[in-house]
Amino acid sequence: MESSTELIPHLFRTEFRKIVSVLSKLFGLAHIEVAEDIVSDTFMLAAETWGKKGLPDNPTAWLYTVAKNKTKDYLKRNQLFSEKISVEIKHTSTPFVELEIDLSTKNIADSQLQMMFAICSPVIPEEAQIGLALRILCGFGIDEISAAFLSNKETINKRLFRAKEALRVQKVSMAFPQASELENRLQAVLTTLYLLFNEGYYSASQHATLRKDLCIEALRLTVMLSENDTTNQPQVRALIALMCFHASRFEARQGTDGQILLYQEQDTALWDQALITTGEIYLNQSATGQKLSKYHLEAAIAYWHTRPQDSAEKWQNILQYYNLLLQIEYSPVAALNRTFALAKAVSTEKAIQEALKLKQDNHLYYALLGQLYSTVDHSAAIEYFERAIAKAKTENDRLVLLKRLEQLRVDSGA
Amino acid sequence: MQEFMMIFRMAPAADFQPTPEQIQESIQQWQSWIGGIAAQGKFLSTNQLGFTGNTLHADGVITDGPYAEVKEIVGGYILVKAENLEAATELAQGCPILFMGGHVEIREIMQINL
Repeated sequence: MESSTELIPHLFRTEFRKIVSVLSKLFGLAHIEVAEDIVSDTFMLAAETWGKKGLPDNPTAWLYTVAKNKTKDYLKRNQLFSEKISVEIKHTSTPFVELEIDLSTKNIADSQLQMMFAICSPVIPEEAQIGLALRILCGFGIDEISAAFLSNKETINKRLFRAKEALRVQKVSMAFPQASELENRLQAVLTTLYLLFNEGYYSASQHATLRKDLCIEALRLTVMLSENDTTNQPQVRALIALMCFHASRFEARQGTDGQILLYQEQDTALWDQALITTGEIYLNQSATGQKLSKYHLEAAIAYWHTRPQDSAEKWQNILQYYNLLLQIEYSPVAALNRTFALAKAVSTEKAIQEALKLKQDNHLYYALLGQLYSTVDHSAAIEYFERAIAKAKTENDRLVLLKRLEQLRVDSGA
Repeated sequence: MQEFMMIFRMAPAADFQPTPEQIQESIQQWQSWIGGIAAQGKFLSTNQLGFTGNTLHADGVITDGPYAEVKEIVGGYILVKAENLEAATELAQGCPILFMGGHVEIREIMQINL
């Protein structure tokens, strides 16, 4: 039998968010901290009791029962709460003692989605949204969140505190958006989930397990959106496809000594074919409706990258998707990737000509120019890689670039 | 940065029936040219115009087609950002219309302060 010391952290990850969401909906989002306290107390009691008496038959049901009882006790005991705060609850004119704390599968799912919309409200800055999502929707500890952001606990605590305060002051409520608002609100949720995934996928943190967890959580939350009829929109399915395609390379991109391996250095046998297939299913299902979102285009590009063999068809497709993507939303990185695709699909000369017009000033830009020149002009290539190294922001980036510079010097006999 | 409109004009070739492959290739050429502008962060919007239309005259007469009295028609336009007219003209280089016997007119967008 599994011991409680192993099971509790696992249950905290899966159940904390569910109970907190349901209780926050019951109390009103302004009292999210009361909900968090009740659930934390419940887990503390579980650790104590299970440690002494062994695990109950159904640990999850045990947690739900205890959380319900603690909630009822809290409501009964707290006079202030009953008079001033629980007006919302009183609207239903149910005395608290009979109050139904609905921990059904449906209410748990709905409450979490409503929590997602509340957290991704524009009253909270984006970075705080991700932090709060990790805490409330993913059950991450403050330690883990600060490690993910390469920050300290104090900063993260302050950030989460301010975010909750904004929810309270701006009177954000937990509800599904009106049909007329759905498009915009869903957009905000998808942006946060996309950033959460990227935080894990591209983060400078060396903590591989944590990074993978962030990506898995982002994927899980996006899948939850696809399981609800209202939020199951084509672009939601496109974002799931995108995440699956990227996540398929998790095992392959980590070298034996922990360094990140570039696409062309990866052992393609390590690519997760099951995730690729799942991504393809979602990508096919995303091809409905009138709107071509940036997630559709990024998923289509990521799909072609799941095919390791170079072909004219592959690179022409990737180039065309980048052309469209840049028209929807410009980003410096997409501009560089588009230029790389241009070299593959058309010619290096054409790509160099267009790369020089981009006039960016970062290590990725000079690395691209170095890469493009490496087949036509070694000394120019070396010069650009040197500039890239000077601009590199992390040690990891610097090492990758140095390796390529060394190779170039060996090749040119310099 | 100022805003400019590039207007694509060419004489329509009535007897030209492109194959699906030619259409596909033409779309790729246009998209790659526009993508090159978008990669510089200078793209605003674009539209292609259809081949049918009406012209309303001052006397109330409506004639078929946009090209009753002109040899060339406007095939489409793109709105871009650029430092000045010279830079905008530089962006027009490589426009596929130039390889189809047409030309590009580059015009500054006037900012009207009401």
